Amino acid sequence: MYYASIFTDYFKTYLKTRMTYRADFLIEVVTDLLFQLTNLFFILVVFLHTNSLGGWSIYEMLFIYGYFMIPYGVFTCFLNLWGFNERYIVKGEMDRILTRPAHNLVQLVLENMDPASLFGSLTGFIIMGYAWLHLDVSFVWYDPFVLILMVIGSVLIYGGVYILITSLSFFSDSPTGITPMIWNIQNYGRYPVDIYNKVIKFTLTWLLPFAFVGVYPASFFLDKDIPQGFALLTPVVGIVFFSIGFMVWNIGVNRYKGAGS
Amino acid sequence: MFSAYIDMIRIRFLMMLAYRVNYYSGIIIYAINIGAYYFLWKAIYGTNETLGEFTVLQMTTYVAVSWMARAFYFNNLDREIANEIKDGSVAVQLTKPYPYLIFKMMQGLGEGLFRLLLFSIPGMVIVTLIFQIELPTQFDVWLIFMVMIFFSFLINSQINLLTGMFAFFVENNEGLMRFKRIAVDLFSGLIIPISFFPGWAQKVLEWLPFQAITYLPASVFTGRVVGNAIYNAFIVQVFWFVFLSVPIYVIWKMARRRLVVQGG
Repeated sequence: MYYASIFTDYFKTYLKTRMTYRADFLIEVVTDLLFQLTNLFFILVVFLHTNSLGGWSIYEMLFIYGYFMIPYGVFTCFLNLWGFNERYIVKGEMDRILTRPAHNLVQLVLENMDPASLFGSLTGFIIMGYAWLHLDVSFVWYDPFVLILMVIGSVLIYGGVYILITSLSFFSDSPTGITPMIWNIQNYGRYPVDIYNKVIKFTLTWLLPFAFVGVYPASFFLDKDIPQGFALLTPVVGIVFFSIGFMVWNIGVNRYKGAGS
Repeated sequence: MFSAYIDMIRIRFLMMLAYRVNYYSGIIIYAINIGAYYFLWKAIYGTNETLGEFTVLQMTTYVAVSWMARAFYFNNLDREIANEIKDGSVAVQLTKPYPYLIFKMMQGLGEGLFRLLLFSIPGMVIVTLIFQIELPTQFDVWLIFMVMIFFSFLINSQINLLTGMFAFFVENNEGLMRFKRIAVDLFSGLIIPISFFPGWAQKVLEWLPFQAITYLPASVFTGRVVGNAIYNAFIVQVFWFVFLSVPIYVIWKMARRRLVVQGG
């Protein structure tokens, strides 16, 4: 209840700040979407020349792509801590966060939330729906519930990985450049992992499990040769990675000694 | 004057050397991108011999060489210029005894040369060992390719200057800079070679400067463009370099007159 009321207040402030510069806000939403849609463009152009990508049809690829956008949008809305090191550690803002009554991570989430990125999720949902209409797959009553469960799992994976990476800022104060690297890797989770070699496939499945934010959970609905049971690991992997991320974060915060002077 | 430019290049080169962490992570990012697109294209080809006028071997070579070329021509001049305009430090730069825009280009060149020597060249050697790609055998193809990626750098930097200078006229050019970034990666043929685009899109892109950044030099490198056509490709690059200089000059003149530095 307590968190819900702070959340509403922060959300109102967010709206007020963003609505002050409406044009900026609009441009940002549009360019963000365009940036994500370049990959859609890639799929569409490639399928002008072939009917299958490693055994997957265009609508199956679109379906995965649409799914990929949903958890990504939710994650960027709530758990995106991009630039944490520069903004909070180097500038000493973390000291302020720690004096606030809310849990430090919640406080950070509230300060950085970006509901505009949910437009991306909506777009993804529409693309997924469009692909679904063209696919000959059965619809079962529990599919919508599984979808919600999968999305939560995927969001937790993003959250876990990025919280883990961000908390490295507590252990080393120099910028590591790891975040942009991981950011690059995550995009490859929306292509069928079987096309990669063993090393990349293993990495995307177990080390940086970005296959679980795209191809695996999406394939649950597609009746592909990836077993549904395996796709259902998504929430499990999500909980495991989020717990690890959260644990390392707490250890990091305890080690944090504050900014100099 | 000339020695001053050499120093600008040298200083930026040394600065890049000082921030080595970004360099290491950059290498890994490019390795990942080349690796992933390599397998992605292999899967796209499947059993097909040629797609979009490319053979598999040409395609994998194209992927490797265009990312390595990108390491050289890529820079953030647009963002640097926009920031200097926003925080007002551009006013100090204008008092210096050298042209500001050329100064920025030299900084970009220092950055590019750093990545070319410590990144693209060793990277290309490693990529050749790991993946199936085909390097040109003729010496003059290498030579013209080197000249062409220098022009890629010039044209890409010119586009960056134009995007950055936009900050003189609007308070926030963030959206434009992001859009430019997408446009360069997509329309230059880095993500998908232009011959894969639908016919109408190819026609449109022929009239835009982006293809001169990646598609033309990479086509020469992969041996898809041979003989006199190489010179045609090069002339297109020179044309865009000259053509883009005009709006840069005009906008720069206009901008200097209306520069307002807030606060300070």
